[in-house]
Amino acid sequence: MELVEILFTVGFWTAVIRMATPLIFGTLGELICERAGVLNLGIEGIMTFGAMIAWMWVYQGGDLYSAIVVAAIAGAVFGVLHSGLTVYLGVSQHVSGIGITLLASSFSYFIFRVMLPDVTTPPKIESFEPLAIPLLSSIPFIGPALFQQTVITYIALALIPVFSYVLYRTPFGLAVRMVGENPLAVEAQGIDVLALRTIAVAIGSALMAIGGAFLTISVFDAFYFGMINGRGWICIALVIFASWKPGKAFLGTILFAGFDALQIRIQQESGIGIPYQFFLMLPYLLSIAALILISRKAAYPKALLVPFRKGER
Amino acid sequence: MKPLSPPVLEISGISKRFGNLQANQDLTFSLGRGEVLALLGENGAGKTTLMNILFGHYVADSGEIRLDGQQLQQGSPAVALDAGVGMVHQHFTLGENLTALENVLLGTESLRQPFQRSDVARERLAQLSQRFGLKVDPDSRVSELSVGERQRVEILKALFRDARILILDEPTAVLTPQESVQLFAALRGMVAEGMSIIFISHKLAETFDIADRVVVLRRGELAGIFETRSTSAEELAQAMVGHALPEIKRRSGTVGPAVIELRNVGVEREGESRLFDVNLAVPAGEVVGIAGVSGNGQNTLTGVLGGDLSVTSGSLSLHGEEIRHASPRGFIEAGVARIPEDRTDIGIVGEMSLAENLILEDYRDQRFQRAGWMRRRRIDSHAKSLCEKFDIRGSEQARQAEKFDIRGSEQARQAKELSGGNIQKLILARVLHKSPRLIIASQPTRGLDVGAQAQVHQRLLDAKQHGVAVYLVSEDLEELFSICDRIHVMFEGRLSDAIPIEEADIEEIGLMMTGKGFFGRPSDAA
Amino acid sequence: MRLERRQGVSLWLRLTLPVMAIAIALLLCSTLLLWAGVSVSDAYLSLAQGAFGSKFALTETLTRATPLIFTGLAAAVAFRAKLWNIGGEGQLYMGAMAITLFGTGAVTLPPVLMVPFLFLVAVLGGGMLLLVSAALKTWLRVDEVVTTLLLNFVVLLLVDYLLFGPWKDPMALGWPQAARIVDEGRLATIVPRSRLHTGLLFALGAACLVWVVMRFTRWGFEIRAVGHNIFAAGFSGIPVKLAVIRTALLSGGLAACAGVTEVAGTKGYLTVDISPGFGYTGIAVAMLAGLNPLGVIAAAVFFAGIYNGADSMSRAMNVSNYIADVMTATALLSMLVCSLLVNYRLKRN
Repeated sequence: MELVEILFTVGFWTAVIRMATPLIFGTLGELICERAGVLNLGIEGIMTFGAMIAWMWVYQGGDLYSAIVVAAIAGAVFGVLHSGLTVYLGVSQHVSGIGITLLASSFSYFIFRVMLPDVTTPPKIESFEPLAIPLLSSIPFIGPALFQQTVITYIALALIPVFSYVLYRTPFGLAVRMVGENPLAVEAQGIDVLALRTIAVAIGSALMAIGGAFLTISVFDAFYFGMINGRGWICIALVIFASWKPGKAFLGTILFAGFDALQIRIQQESGIGIPYQFFLMLPYLLSIAALILISRKAAYPKALLVPFRKGER
Repeated sequence: MKPLSPPVLEISGISKRFGNLQANQDLTFSLGRGEVLALLGENGAGKTTLMNILFGHYVADSGEIRLDGQQLQQGSPAVALDAGVGMVHQHFTLGENLTALENVLLGTESLRQPFQRSDVARERLAQLSQRFGLKVDPDSRVSELSVGERQRVEILKALFRDARILILDEPTAVLTPQESVQLFAALRGMVAEGMSIIFISHKLAETFDIADRVVVLRRGELAGIFETRSTSAEELAQAMVGHALPEIKRRSGTVGPAVIELRNVGVEREGESRLFDVNLAVPAGEVVGIAGVSGNGQNTLTGVLGGDLSVTSGSLSLHGEEIRHASPRGFIEAGVARIPEDRTDIGIVGEMSLAENLILEDYRDQRFQRAGWMRRRRIDSHAKSLCEKFDIRGSEQARQAEKFDIRGSEQARQAKELSGGNIQKLILARVLHKSPRLIIASQPTRGLDVGAQAQVHQRLLDAKQHGVAVYLVSEDLEELFSICDRIHVMFEGRLSDAIPIEEADIEEIGLMMTGKGFFGRPSDAA
Repeated sequence: MRLERRQGVSLWLRLTLPVMAIAIALLLCSTLLLWAGVSVSDAYLSLAQGAFGSKFALTETLTRATPLIFTGLAAAVAFRAKLWNIGGEGQLYMGAMAITLFGTGAVTLPPVLMVPFLFLVAVLGGGMLLLVSAALKTWLRVDEVVTTLLLNFVVLLLVDYLLFGPWKDPMALGWPQAARIVDEGRLATIVPRSRLHTGLLFALGAACLVWVVMRFTRWGFEIRAVGHNIFAAGFSGIPVKLAVIRTALLSGGLAACAGVTEVAGTKGYLTVDISPGFGYTGIAVAMLAGLNPLGVIAAAVFFAGIYNGADSMSRAMNVSNYIADVMTATALLSMLVCSLLVNYRLKRN
């Protein structure tokens, strides 16, 4: 099948929307952290933990919907830890984030192994089934692509306009945007900078964890070690690529997921030709390329990575 | 005018200590309704600390604050704002990438509220703007606003929150003389409507202009409370400094040929033209001053003269030779001493020791390294001799800590622990001990107390005496007038002709800084 | 309680901090052990025995510490220069690939020259990889955290391809591994009947070398100045770009040496799993060592002990050996908190 033909199949776009879902959660999650001035490198670990805990919850008898909540809470806890270290104690955001990724990942593997010591193949659970939205799913082409997805994907798609609204049209969103630009301005208007940043990071981390949970309770039905596979880091690149704007972030995730989906299909089609490992490399190389293109002019939130110390003026 | 009773604000016995520094010691005074009170003192006297306590950024160690008789809970700007205290900070607390309206709106509505009443706010802002003559476009990004406009946003923030007491921290430091006049007019308008104002300054002249009473602070203590109509500049200066000012020895030396010269120089950075057709000569044995409001190209000009930026058009010649490409190292080796505007972030590497910072330019010298190996003892003794010669003192705590620290030499301390004045002395020592031919100094006395300032001025004048060419950029017109031989004015990337100091008039220079009379002197107009 | 800036800090305090961090980590992880249903004292005893309790344990721990010293040094050098090199893993494999390319028969040199030669090509391989990220950061402002991380994945995929493809050793009976390193290039065993090889000596030497260079040489001076404050360094005429390049080559090169010790020392040939995350653990090593090259040695031995001990503990007590990774991460975070005490002291309000 020709490349162009692939782009016109419904199945392709269904896959794209599905593959974009964890990226949407991860990117928006990281976006709110960075807008508030905190780099959260714990994303890869938090997504891993979210994936594990949601799966484990369902495996132990919980229902799918509460699993999402559990993952979100777990993510928020790691977010508060990261914030405690970086916002309150002012330690290096880079190292704290890396530490949290190592902690959250190893924690998930440890818990998994302790609870299921003897399994060799990861057991499966009953995951979310695609839920067709009546009427909308009958629209030709867009219908099946957009409206025959699973619940979490619908949440992701709805999240984008909601997130934009909150960020740009509510007092909370204004405060978040300001605290990443000039925390002194926020303090001078009587808002607690440290608490505000912590809330932003907690929300962001909760979103990240849901993104991870999507993979186990909606796509793969099982928890594999290393299943996040660098998607968290790609989200970090996507945030920069999106200039910290939610709308652009959505575009970025679609672009990336599109590329990823395309790469899988080409792999399947081309058969022998190029070794599959090179196809798998493309997403990472693409992210680096996107960063190179955009970084020169990147308008970082001014106070990103700068610790705010009360009383030190 | 005595404060109307009851006073709107009473400060009693406020003390605050930071480590070993007693920033405020037992301060007591009051502010009346509709009164303008100037808080005067030199840099480091404790004025900003006191106002930060009032506004809730700090908690005092002892003492209390009462507003209309009610005690004010300290440590929370939210409480201070609710009580009617507003503050225009010295360094504006604005988010540059957001609009003026957004900056004003921030924090005025509950964070739980799921919507924003921006239209209502916009109207209210327009009314306030109109009423007090503070014109600003609410939807423009702060980054696009001029300094004067940004200050108006800061004031409007306070007015929007119904401030009854407005604190202004060194508001005229960044304004031209004409903008200061506009500011004072606006302030008078507010006072007429019942606003009480505390005005921090270190400039005597404007104190007499705007204030009813003056509270003078010196080294954290109350040096006196005066009424402006019954006191004099000398009395206030004496209270501020506590002793006679060191007289600066100013002698003229022999003037030589230009050490550095710019001819029709234009500079482009990031696609924008920053300097247009600049002509400048800095002769040996003269101090050339550059006046102008920050942001008119001074940094670019200083960068070019210091070898950090390349010239896009025109020519630059150093010691008579034309230079095409910027090279900090090249200029340093050609005898150019560069004193950067930002002494803590560009002038020193804070985490390295005092001794290491002193050889930051010279470390390649055979005295300090041989075949790649650093010669520690030589470096340390060099540092010791420079510290003595230039009066660089490590912090008192450092000296104390030294006694219990097994590591020993003071030279091992991190340079960032030094006070601002000592950091400046470190930088001076680093660049001056090599007998340079040209000094490029940018805002060298900003934030320094009078004593340190005088020391810096003396060094520059001594250098000039020895035939060194001195280039000085300063926002402080008084400073320029006190030590320069000639002055240029910088405006929107253009440089005026040189004006010999004897012919320069401070008012006229102030006008030129705003662009009026810039091209051709007013006296030349028929 | 609040934090107040401290003036000056003694050497004793700096030495106590890692110990404090380790104690906190062990305390926190004991809760995990309780949850897993094992006796904490038994578990830690088993851990200690597995780490240092016998000649075998000791040599195993030191063998495992060898690559950790290199990746720890790589992270320490980079982090001191504010170059956030998370790509230690990728650089390690670059080194491993480089010596596989040159050391499996393509080049023959007398033994005395062969080993240094292999180290050299490895250093170049790892150094070049990091140089890419460093150059992107310096010239194009591209965040190096992301690029170093993503390149890890790319390099691992490359190794995967090579080992299942062109480099697959036909004599290996179907296992995805490369040809053996020639005998002249192997690192000799230093304790008979153990896996401990001369790589340890190279690692110790490297740590001392890094310490000396940073503290006493002109290059070290430049790297430190640029690392602390690139703007001030540039303003004073220090060649900033050169310093960044040297830092990248040094850090990447050190990480690559870990690849040499594992392929030419421990195992003898390249496999996909030659590194169980040494690059990432190296970061924890560097942090616990306070970014001090000599401290890296102690920290590396400590973490190697934890991993070794956890292996034997998991066999003895049926607790997942992932506890070692949790301990590593916890120790890293604890050390971050403890490091604050270098600059601040706790005071009552």
